[in-house]
This record gives sequence, structure tokens and C-alpha cells, in this order.
Amino acid sequence: MAKKIQAIIDNKKITADKDQTILEAAKKNGIEIPALCYHPDLDIKSNCRICVVEIKGVPDLKPACRTVIKDGMKIITNSSKIRKARKINLELIFAQHYEECNDCVWNFNCQLLKLAKKYNVKIARFPDRKTNFPVYQFGPSLIFDSSKCIDCRNCVDICEKQGIGFLEIKKRGYKIGIVPSKDKNKDCIYCGQCIVHCPAGALEAVGEFEEVEKPLQQTEDKIVIAQFAPAIRTSIGEEFNMPYGALITKKLAAGIKKLGFDKVFDTSVGADFATCEEADELIERLKSKEKLPMFTSCCPAWVKYIEFYHPEFIPNLTTVRSPHIILGGLIKTFWAKKEKIDPRKIVVVSIMPCVAKKYEITRSELKINGLTPVDYVLTTRELAYLFKKHKIDLKKIKGQNLDDPLGFPSGAGVIYGATGGMIESALRTAYEKLTPRQNKFGAGQSGKKLLKLNFGQVRGMEGIRQAEIKMNSQLIRVAIVNGIGNAQKILKELKKKPNLYDYVEVMACLGGCIGGGGQPVPTDPEIRKHRADGLYRADKAKKMRLAHENPIVKRVYKDFFTLQKIHLICHTKYQRKKREGFKILPKGAH
Amino acid sequence: MIIEKLKKANLKGRGGAGFPTGLKWEMVKKSRAKRKYIICNGSEGEPNVFKDGFILKNYPEEIIDGIKIALEVINDSSAYIYLRKDYYQKFKNKLKKIIGRSPIILFKETGGYLCGEETTLLESIEGKKEEPRAKPPYPSEAGLWGYPTLINNVETFYYVAQIAKNNYQETRFYSLSGDVKNKGVYELPVKWTIKQILKKTNNFPRFNFFVQSGGGAAGEILTDKEINRPVKGTGAIIVYNLKKTKPVQLMKKWINFFLKENCGKCLPCREGVYRINEILNKNKIDKKLLEDLLFVLKETSFCPLGKSIAIPFRDLINKIYKV
Repeated sequence: MAKKIQAIIDNKKITADKDQTILEAAKKNGIEIPALCYHPDLDIKSNCRICVVEIKGVPDLKPACRTVIKDGMKIITNSSKIRKARKINLELIFAQHYEECNDCVWNFNCQLLKLAKKYNVKIARFPDRKTNFPVYQFGPSLIFDSSKCIDCRNCVDICEKQGIGFLEIKKRGYKIGIVPSKDKNKDCIYCGQCIVHCPAGALEAVGEFEEVEKPLQQTEDKIVIAQFAPAIRTSIGEEFNMPYGALITKKLAAGIKKLGFDKVFDTSVGADFATCEEADELIERLKSKEKLPMFTSCCPAWVKYIEFYHPEFIPNLTTVRSPHIILGGLIKTFWAKKEKIDPRKIVVVSIMPCVAKKYEITRSELKINGLTPVDYVLTTRELAYLFKKHKIDLKKIKGQNLDDPLGFPSGAGVIYGATGGMIESALRTAYEKLTPRQNKFGAGQSGKKLLKLNFGQVRGMEGIRQAEIKMNSQLIRVAIVNGIGNAQKILKELKKKPNLYDYVEVMACLGGCIGGGGQPVPTDPEIRKHRADGLYRADKAKKMRLAHENPIVKRVYKDFFTLQKIHLICHTKYQRKKREGFKILPKGAH
Repeated sequence: MIIEKLKKANLKGRGGAGFPTGLKWEMVKKSRAKRKYIICNGSEGEPNVFKDGFILKNYPEEIIDGIKIALEVINDSSAYIYLRKDYYQKFKNKLKKIIGRSPIILFKETGGYLCGEETTLLESIEGKKEEPRAKPPYPSEAGLWGYPTLINNVETFYYVAQIAKNNYQETRFYSLSGDVKNKGVYELPVKWTIKQILKKTNNFPRFNFFVQSGGGAAGEILTDKEINRPVKGTGAIIVYNLKKTKPVQLMKKWINFFLKENCGKCLPCREGVYRINEILNKNKIDKKLLEDLLFVLKETSFCPLGKSIAIPFRDLINKIYKV
């Protein structure tokens, strides 16, 4: 147990752990101290100087974020001196930040605005000095409007932590600025973690929010279909004042219908197909002992990371497409055929917790008979924005079922949204397939029925987790990585010991898709945990928890799939990537 | 033993902060680590301060002697001399000769004025962006590459050598400049007042004047009635002719220096200095706004540079530039 110390904050006696900062100790005791550059995912920088407090006997104000609380310390967090300092510092922040509140990922839920109100800040006390600063676009996924940047460096630090280092600090003094790298050996992988760690809304997805209506503005003969990712159902509620982790699949479906989409399907069904294919591929590779360990490929940022930074590992990636691409393909083939609709008339819109998915759909090798499986990607935030714009309140709306036949996933398909979920789904299926009396869909009949469906070893939030799972007589060694900075460590290990693992899951974002770059802000470890817990609750509540037991999966394999079709709809290829870099957009173009 | 001698001589660091040297040496000596560093700080960069250059030119042997004493006292240590770019060019050959085979490395400053701030200096040697570190930990606990590090100014090492030889007369080096006849560096008693120094050096003005004491950017402003006191900081005295000096011009000179030299890491310094410059370039100076900015600079800046900016401005406004 950590040693305890006694201190006084705002005349309240408190107990804190030794080595705890004033900010942490205050928070634990219900005292909020405002902080902008502080983020629990990042090292303390103490740049923004908003969290300053008074300590008795210490001459100047001290930053609560990095001052360690000491036994007997008397701390005041809200005196007139402190309010004055915070007010002026906030005015200096607003002097940097070009306001465009109507088009911001924070959606009026912004810390800056809340603090401006609380401290009576004159937002326009100084003229904005960054009005003419450039707007950058990284590939088809991200926008960085440096005229909104407050130089707190959260983005630089998270990009560094992700092992990418694409965002750099250049120059010094007031000329200091954050810019995309010109280093030809670096490229953005579009994870979008910078977006969810920026307190000032300087980063956003491409199209956010000026193009949100575009998918719905189709000619009359078009059929517009939405699918939403597993991780959305426990995060979008936050935008409507619901508790963190609230599971609202049916409300979400109802809201999407109300927007005018013709059908709503579930990307988790795509995940069930991905699971079956990936389990097969794993079994094959284990048999042939080739191209091991197998890497998951459902995270497009991770795929780009391999293709750009470590192409030598391309053969390790599973050839299985990501769930929404598979589902998009099924909608435009299987479903179109079943409904007797010309697939060219179908518009598929994926609602994703992700900005890299905006890049993924531009990959030409994914086309099926000349058609892209998915036409648009909207982030969770963009969908929430659309709902609000159309006065749809998810909190109040009555839930609706998703549509047949691609709206009903197994529990395995739902946990894909949390780190470890993909591998757990594949292991459940592989486990049943790897039994002596195995045949393709034999669970419960000819395969060995899984007694316990949870693989607790692969769950959790640590950056790297390892587990060994006994299947039949074989020991399968898996590694689960979230936060792409951790992937670097695994790849380094594998270069030394290529046989260390059989199967590796990597999700570029912290916590997996539930902490994705397209998710609502703010995000932090606690919020991510709530969102993940919500998904595991959903899985637990389902009767059908195995991907290959999903009736629609069985039906498609039986009635529709041929080897050629499986290849066309469910598999893809990869190639070494050239740097995509960035471009500077004309002002007002985004 | 030298540490006892340093304590007894009451030697205080001559880099500006005036921390007791003996105590600093003791802290580094006592800390437990497999490696330790000694750094001689010769990055002298504040306007009107030039005494370290003078000592480097005239007494390089004594400086090296002082560093060698530290190398002996502090186990498993090696040393750096961190030099301003032009000092490095001017003095490297001579210093290298004197250093010989001692474990002392000459290091050319990588950035500007802020590199003289001890933690920024550490970042600079480590090849990182020249910005201050948060303290604690102090360099004596975790300094260069995380090892306990003794950082002393050029002048401090000079006096360490004097104290070792029992030659210390409680003097220091003063840089005199501004509206004076005899500009230059003078070695005079520590306890002397500004008035005594000006008189002794034949620099006491016949006109109405005020002085800046400590350094030419962040030093305090004193009227001619306030000079019966010793000099603070890095030992600079700058004399200003009261009639001929335009306060706004002087403030502009200071702010230009800070505008050029601040690192940009923390908000109040980066933005505050930028806005003070803006205010000074307007026809009418908004004193309320200026005071607000000085307030956050003093109270909330990350490092001593930002905190120090308020001193000369407030003094000048309160004492000289009364409107």
C-alpha cells in the first residue's frame, strides 16, 4: 500500500497517496481543478498554466498537474489571485485559437468555452494571432487546422507515444508551431489519436462536419444503407448525456432510420464473417507453419503502419478484409441479389469509431466488380452531429430492431470493438474448429463444444497482453496490442525471435476501437473502460456468442458463397506503401 | 576539505541564482549513482553581462583548476564546459591546451540565451529541444542523462580555485556598462554597494540617472537614491541617463530580447511576451493590460526566465515611467 499523507485543500482535510500530484489528489477528493494540457494518457507537460494553485508559504502560483502534494501542505484552488491568473491565461489561449465553434469536434461541449464562462473571460481581448495559419490535410483522413492550435502539444506527444512522430514542433518562442513532418521516412497512419487528445479542436476528420449530409443527398433511385461498427453502440450515448458505456444498439438503429436511411445493418455481422475466415486462415497457417505469427488486419491504421514502416511483415497480415468492408461487399452482392436490386444503386455508409476507415475505403483493391464495397464513412461524432442537426435525441427515441438479414450479430462480433475482442472471437471459433471431429460448422454437432466462452486472458486494457491457449493438443500463443506504439515493441521482439507468437492482434488506438480517433471527446482510460465493459455486457447477454453459429453466416456459406466469392468479398492483398504526406488546403476549404 | 572551505568562505553561485556552492557540491557528492557530471556554465547571454568572457580570456587556468577540484571531490565524474558559440570559437584552443588529458569536454551552445538556464542546458547537451525541465528533480539529484550533476558558473569555478589556494578575498566580477565613461569588468568586494563601485571605477555620473542591477534584461531598476545596496544576479550594473533614456525604447529593447530568446513552451511566456511587444508598439500603452500580462508572467511562468521578465518592467513603471 502506498504511504498516505495528510493535507488541506480549500480548507478541507484530505488524505492522499505519497507521490500523488495536487491535481490527482484534489480530483480524488471531489475538487475539480481545470487543466488543458493535462491528459492521463500522456506525460505531464505543464505548458498551459491553467491548473495553477496557491500553496501556503510558497511565493508564486504552482501548477497542480505536476506539483507533488506533501504532508501538511495547505492548498487553495480558487482564490481571487488564482481566478485572475486563469482568466488572463485563458484570454491568451483564446488569442491563439481561431474560433469556429459551429464546426468543431467538441460540439459546444468544449473545455475552453466552459472555462471562459466560469472565469469571465474576454474571448476577444486580443486579436487572434493565428488567423492566417495553414490548414493541413493528411491523406484522405485528417485535417489539422493550425489556426486553432493552442500549442499544448498533446497531439505531438500522443503521436510520439504511438511511435509515429508525424507531428513535430518547429522553431521557438511565439514562432513555435506544430507542423506535419517533412521527413520522407515518416507518414501519418490516420489513427486519429491526435483528434481525441486535442483540447482545442484543431484536429478533425476529413469532412467533419461540413460533409455529413452528403451520403443522404442521393438521387431518388438510390438505396442508402447504413452499417455501424461494434464500438459505436457503447459510445455515442455520451453525446446525448447518457452514462459512459451505455449500450444503445436499438436506439441507434431507430435514430439512423429516422435520418432517412433505407436499411440499418450491423458491422458486427461483417465481423462474424471475418472471424470465420480468419479462424480458418489461422488453422491453415498453424498446419503449414507458414507466415506465422498471423497478424489481424481489421485496423486500417495498423495495416498502413505495416505497409509503410514494416513492409517486411506484410505476409504476416491475414488476407481477411475488415468487417465493414466484408459487410459492404455482402450488401452489394448477396443482399442485392436476394432483393433483386442493381448493386450500382446501393450506397453503403459505414458509421465508424475511426478516421483511418475514411482512408481504407479509398483502397482500390477492395473493389468488387468495379464497385467499392463502402461508399462513405462517417465517424461516431459525425453521426451524433447529424442526429443533433435533425433534432433526434437518442436518449428519448424508442429503440428499433436492425434490419434482416444483416442486422443480427453474434456476441463475438460485438466485442470486436474492444482490444482483444477480435482475437477472442477468432479463438472461440478456432477452438471449436480445431477439435478432432472438426468440420466446417460442426459446433455442437461434430465439433467440441466450448464450455466456457470467455477468454479472460486476452481481455484488459494493458498495452501489450500475452496469453497461451490450449486448443486440442496445441498451445496457441497470442499477443494483443493496443496503442500502435506498443506494436513496435512486438515487431522488434519478432525480429529476434520469429516463433514467439502464433497470432497477434493489433489495434492502433488506445483500448482498441472504443478509444478510436472517430469517437466522441473527451476520451481517457476510465471512459474507454466503460465503453469496453458495455460491449462485454452485450456479448454476455446474447445466446448466440459464436460467429460461426450465426444463422446468417451459415446461410451465406451454404447458399451463396463459392470459393471464388469468398475470395472476392472476404479477402484482400497488401503492398508496400509510399508516403502520402500532407497538403496545405486553401483557407475556408475545409 | 574543499567543501568545508567553500562553506566557510560562504561562496554563492555566480550564475545569477546565488545558491550556496558548498551545499550544492555536498549534495552531488552525497548522491548515490554510478556516474556523475560536472558542468561549467559559460553560456553568458543576458545583455550587458560580459564578465564570464573576461574570466575565460584572462584566467582560463583558474577555471580549469576549479573544475579539476570538482572532478577530484566528486567520485566517478567527468566534466563539460558549456560555452556560448562565440566564446567557444575564441577560447577553445587555449582551453583544450590547458585541459590536456583531463576528462573535460568543451561543448558549443546549441541554442540561445535560455541555454544558460541549467535544465535547458542539460537538454541541449542531450541533443533535445532547448527547453527547461520541470524542477524537482534538481540537477544535483537527476541531471545530465539522469545522473547527479553539478552545474556551476565560470566565475564560480574561478573562485573555487582561489578558495582552494586560500586566495579568496570575497570579491566578484562586475560588468559595468551603459552611460558610463569606463565600461568594463572589475573585480571588487562582494559586499560593496553600487554607489561604491561606481565611484571606485570612476563611473559615478554627474547627471541624473538610474541603474539596472543584475542583468541588462531581467535586472531590477534602481533610482539614484536606491544604490546604497549590493548588486544582485550576475553582477551587472547598467547606468542610464535619466533625461536621455526613453522608457518605452528601453522596454522595447528588453521585450525584443525576450521575444527572441523565450522558448515558447509555456503559455504565459510565449503569448505574454508576444502581447507585451504588441502593446509597446502602439501609440498609447495600455498599462492595465501590461500589468495583467506581467502578473501571469511572474505568477505562472514555467521557468525563471518568464518569471524574471516582470521585474524590470514593474520597476521601471513604478519608479521612472510614472504616468
